[in-house]
Amino acid sequence: MRVVGEVRALNGDEAVAYAVRQCNVDVISAYPITPQTIIVERLSEYVANGEIHTEYVNVESEHSALSTCIGAAAAGARAFTATSSQGLALMWELLYVASGLRLPIVMAVVNRALSAPINIHCDHSDSIGTRDSGWIQFYVENSQEAYDTVIQAFKIAEHPDVQLPVMINLDGFYLSHTLENVRVLPDDVVSGFVGFRKPVKVWVPYLGREVPAVLDGYTPISLGIIALSDYYYEFKMMVIKAMEKAREVIKEVNKEFSELSGRAYGDGFLTHYGVDDAEAVLIVMGSAAGTVRYVARELRRKGLRVGVIRLRTFRPFPYEELTKLLKDVKAVGVMDRATSPGAYGAPLFNEVRTALYDCECRPVIVNYVYGIGGRDLSPHTVKELYSDLLEIAKGKKPSSIVRYVGVRS
Amino acid sequence: MSKPLTVWDLPREEYLAPGHRMCQGCGAAIAFRHILKATGKDVIITMPTSCGEITSTVYPHTAWRVPWIHVAFENAAAVASGIAAGIEALKRKGFIPKDKDIKVVAIGGDGGTFDIGFQALSGTLERGDNVLYICYDNEAYMNTGIQRSGATPLGAWTTTTPVGKVWRGEWRPKKRKDLIAVAIAHNVPYAATANPAFPVDLYMKVKKALSIKGPKVIHVLSPCVPGWRIEPEKSVEVGKLAVLTGMWINYEYENGTYRVTTPVPKRKPVREYLRLQGRFRHLTDEEIKKIQELVDAEVARINKLVGKEVIGPVEG
Repeated sequence: MRVVGEVRALNGDEAVAYAVRQCNVDVISAYPITPQTIIVERLSEYVANGEIHTEYVNVESEHSALSTCIGAAAAGARAFTATSSQGLALMWELLYVASGLRLPIVMAVVNRALSAPINIHCDHSDSIGTRDSGWIQFYVENSQEAYDTVIQAFKIAEHPDVQLPVMINLDGFYLSHTLENVRVLPDDVVSGFVGFRKPVKVWVPYLGREVPAVLDGYTPISLGIIALSDYYYEFKMMVIKAMEKAREVIKEVNKEFSELSGRAYGDGFLTHYGVDDAEAVLIVMGSAAGTVRYVARELRRKGLRVGVIRLRTFRPFPYEELTKLLKDVKAVGVMDRATSPGAYGAPLFNEVRTALYDCECRPVIVNYVYGIGGRDLSPHTVKELYSDLLEIAKGKKPSSIVRYVGVRS
Repeated sequence: MSKPLTVWDLPREEYLAPGHRMCQGCGAAIAFRHILKATGKDVIITMPTSCGEITSTVYPHTAWRVPWIHVAFENAAAVASGIAAGIEALKRKGFIPKDKDIKVVAIGGDGGTFDIGFQALSGTLERGDNVLYICYDNEAYMNTGIQRSGATPLGAWTTTTPVGKVWRGEWRPKKRKDLIAVAIAHNVPYAATANPAFPVDLYMKVKKALSIKGPKVIHVLSPCVPGWRIEPEKSVEVGKLAVLTGMWINYEYENGTYRVTTPVPKRKPVREYLRLQGRFRHLTDEEIKKIQELVDAEVARINKLVGKEVIGPVEG
C-alpha cells in the first residue's frame, strides 16, 4: 500500500526528531551539542506537549546519554539518542558495549569536526573514527533521507538476525540547519511499519529454557559478564556475523519502505548516477553528493563520461556492489571528509581500494580529501576533480594518489 | 515495639550463588549477599567495573540469581537510570504489569563511585531517578591491585601511595570525601552508611531505602583481605572494630533527620583498628595521633547532627 504523506518544511535535525516521534520510542536520553541540539529540543517539546509517551532522561553528559540508552535497551525498551563530534568521542567505549551487548539502539550523529582546534562545522571524522565499533552506519544525503532512515533504522536494528545499534549520520549545518521540503508519513503508518520492540529469546542453559534476552525484573540473566581469552573471540565473531546478516536486512527494509512511501535509496547501500558508461567516477558520502551529482550532470551534458556513486552505508561496507558497479571504470576518485594522519589515504579511500583490489580491470584509484572542518566544496572544485580523473582515465599518471583538496599550502 | 531483628530473622533465600571468585573473607561478598536478601528477586542490579563485578560473572558462570548487568566503569548510576526509565515506559505501554514492583539497584566500588563514576551518580541523584545506589567501599582500587582512590584514608599504604623515604602512605591531611554529605547535598530522601559486620543493620537499611521513592544512597564499608593486608578470618572483626573505634559510623539520614544505628557509648582507640591491618603497619605514634584527631572530629560532627552523644569518648 502506497502512502503519499504530507510535505513539511523541516531541517535535518527536525526531520530526525519528527521520525523519532513516530517510532514508538520508549526512552530518549541525550545531551545538547551543536549542531545536534535541535534534535533534543524538538524531542523535549514533543514529550512536554504530551505528543509522545516517552521517558526523556536529561543526562549530564553524552557518556551518560548512551549509558542510559544501554540500560533502557537492556531492560527491553526502544531507546534513542543523538550527538555530534566531542559527544560521540565521549561515548566511545560505550559504542563497543552497545554492539557487544547486541542492543538495538538508534543514534543520530550530526557530523562535526573533532577538536582541536575546536570547530562546530561538518566533517566525518567523528563517526568515521567509530567505524570499528560494531555499529551499522548510514550517511544520508538530505533531510528527507534522514527522516526515512531513522524509521528504517529501528526496523534494521531490531531485526532478530541483526540486533545491532544503528548510527544515522547527517552533515552538520549542511543538513541539520537547512530547511527542506520533507514528505512525512502519517503517524499511524510509521507506527505500524516499525511496530514495537520484540526482544529476541535466547536459550539459557542454567535455566533450562528460552528467555527474552533482556533484564525484565523476573528472569535471572547476567549481561555484560567478563569473557576472557577462552570466550571473548566468539562474542566478537557474533557481532561480525550479525553485521554480515545486516546486509540482507538493509536491502529488505529499504524495499519494504519504498513500497510504503515510494522512496528507495538504490538497493539500500548506495545510489549512483552516470556510472554505466563512465570513464571517471567520484565516490562520495553525505550532503556533498548533491554538489557532485550536479556537476556530473553538467559535464555529461557536454558529452564527458563521468559518474558518481553516493555511499549510503559505510558499515556494513558494500564492497560487492561497488566492485560490480566499477568493473569497467578506468579512474575512480574517492572523496573523504575525514583524515587519518599517517595512513596511506583516508578511511573511505582505503575501503574502496581494498574492495577493488580483486577487480579484474583494476582502475586507478585516487583519494581527494575535502571539506575538513566545514571547508566549502564548490562545484568549481568538483569540476577540477573530474578533469583530473578524466586525464588519469586517458592514461596520465596521477600527480599524487592522495590529494588534500581546498587547503592552503 | 516489635522485637529487634536478628540474623535468624533474615530471609533464607540466597540470591548470590556460591562458587564465585571473590576472596575468602571478602567484605563485599558478605555485603552483596545481605543486600540481595533485602532486595528479593524482583530487582535489576547494575554494577560498574569492579572486583566484585569481574569475580562474580566469569563467563560462562554467574553468581547472580537476579537480573544483572555490567556496562562500564563510570556509569552504573546512568545505566540504572536508563533501566528505571525503560521499566517506566514499558509499564505505560502495558508490556510490564503496572503494579509489578521492580527495584533498580546499582552497586559500585569506591573507585566507581567516589572517582570515575561521580558525575553519573550526581546526575542520577539530581534528577531524582528511582534508583538505590550502593557503594561498597574497600578504600582503594582493589581490582587493579590496590591503588589509591578518592576514598583511601589518611596513612593507608597502597601501591600508588607507597611508604618510602618521602611518602608515608596516603597523604591527604584531612577527612576523605564525604559521600553521604554529597548525596544529601543532592536533596535525596534517604542516605545511610552500613557495614557487613552488622548484617541486620545493612539488611534493614536496604529494605528501608527500597521502600522510599526517588534516589537513595547507601555507603557500605567493605574490609578487603588482600588490599588491607588482613587475615581472611579477620574481615568481620576489622569491620566491627571500625565501628567500635569510630573510624566508621553506622548511621542513616532520612528527610532531614540523622540517626546513628549502631551507638558506641565508649569508643576504643583507633590504634586497635589500625594494628590489625598491614596497610597501616608503618604508622608512627604521631601519625596515629593525627588519625585519632580526625576520627574525634568526625564523631563530634555526627553527634552534633544527631543532637546527642551517641558515640562516646575514647575509653581509658
